Amino acid sequence: MVKFSIRALNIWFDAVHALKNVTMDITANEVLSIIGPANSGKTAFLRMLNRLNELSENFRMSGEVKLSRGNIKDMDTELLRKRVGMVFALPLPLPLSIFGNVAYGIKMHGIKNEKRQREIIKQALKQAYLWEEVKDRLDESAFKLSGGQQQRLCIARTLALKPDVILFDEPCSGLDPISTAKVEEAMLRLKTDYTIVLVTNNVKQAARVGDKTAFFLSGELVEIDKTDKIFTTPTDKRTDGYIRGKFG
Amino acid sequence: MRNPKRAEKIAFFFLFLATLLIVVPVGLIVVIIIQKGSPAINWQFLTDIPRQGMRAGGILPAIVGTVYLVLGAIIFALPIGVLSAVYLSEYAKDNFLTRIIKLAIINLAGVPSVVYGLFGLALFVVFFRFGASILSGSLTLGIMILPIIITTSREALESVPYSFREVSRSLGASKWQSISSIVLPNAISGILTGTILGLGRAAGETAPILFTVAAFYLPQLPSSIFHQAMALPYHLYVISTQVPNVDEKIRYGTALVLLALVLFMNLVAIIIRYKFRKKKKW
Repeated sequence: MVKFSIRALNIWFDAVHALKNVTMDITANEVLSIIGPANSGKTAFLRMLNRLNELSENFRMSGEVKLSRGNIKDMDTELLRKRVGMVFALPLPLPLSIFGNVAYGIKMHGIKNEKRQREIIKQALKQAYLWEEVKDRLDESAFKLSGGQQQRLCIARTLALKPDVILFDEPCSGLDPISTAKVEEAMLRLKTDYTIVLVTNNVKQAARVGDKTAFFLSGELVEIDKTDKIFTTPTDKRTDGYIRGKFG
Repeated sequence: MRNPKRAEKIAFFFLFLATLLIVVPVGLIVVIIIQKGSPAINWQFLTDIPRQGMRAGGILPAIVGTVYLVLGAIIFALPIGVLSAVYLSEYAKDNFLTRIIKLAIINLAGVPSVVYGLFGLALFVVFFRFGASILSGSLTLGIMILPIIITTSREALESVPYSFREVSRSLGASKWQSISSIVLPNAISGILTGTILGLGRAAGETAPILFTVAAFYLPQLPSSIFHQAMALPYHLYVISTQVPNVDEKIRYGTALVLLALVLFMNLVAIIIRYKFRKKKKW
């Protein structure tokens, strides 16, 4: 089943043509890894899916992006971002308590009942493998957690909104290998219920967790295919060069 | 400079000297005012009306007048200042017009206070027919401190990391939800710093209240915002220059009370700010 269908997508930031004529589909309940060197348009692509690019005044686009057949342009951004959650490169807790961070999204969407909030938060923290570590200190500042814990908190914060899709923007770039393994484990288990799009600089990570892999270069989608295929017999020479570490 | 140790010593000397040059006069002013003014301070001085052509009695009407004026100015300027700062730093597009407006507001903070006084006279006293009254004086002082409050509030808002706004929006919060629940709570201590600065300025200025509210002598306390009032800085000016043979200790006592009043109001704001800082989670 196709979750996102992207047709002839172009993105500009002022005069910079960040994404060039990208057409692809994102399948539901899979992990799609997006790899490519810096400035290849990976993050601009990811931030297109929840319309976060629109926070920049110099953003322009053409083409269309459909989420389950509805054009995201016609959707209410607040509801779209509730359905399409995002985890950022650096762990970015909000200046609130652990509880406050996970509760933030659902509060903003009108869930005021504290008992209901507590249930949702417990479930989200469990899904992000953080509950056992924080259950006794939910009222502490989120900044007291370690980097890896903060990143799992950010995942829980997104999960609390019960999204369809979760976007990960290089979620492990600031983490040590053990924290990285925990975040990857969480991603693999989450894909049964969610569609996951993972932008990563780490080619090996893409190979480990991606069902499909897309390779971006200078704003173009070079190739998208099953991860096994990309990593064994890629169609394009440039893909081959990148995953073998010849550039990027 | 061949010898870095000697350069270090010379740099230290001049940096220290500059600081000393600031600290010493401030300290002297405070010491002199306390020394000469404290003999005048007693219960009657703080609670009585001026008597014998302001050469005896107390200064209560001036104290009350100044408190009313400062509170009025803050009630007027704080909400408007903060709201316009939010608009300027969060909503307004960063274009030529916005930059001009921001620059103009910064420059307004440097306009001489007597100009605000004349402006208040023309607008509030004459045009709106509020007459010389606490209302006119408060509004004039409020307009005078608006640029200070707007500028410091904008700085406070802009010091909240952009990533907080982005994260909040990515969780489906609207722009205003992000501002009201994340940005503003984390900017409050900076906003209060601006308020403290404005408060001190409003309490101490004479020129803006000269034409808009200040009374030479009133034997009773003001009972409505449409009445005139005495105020400490103007009273100090009057007893120092307009009334002959006022005892020195009464003049310095009045200055001391004004100083203490501003300090007390600042202290309240500082305590509020401290409470908010303690709640801050980062």
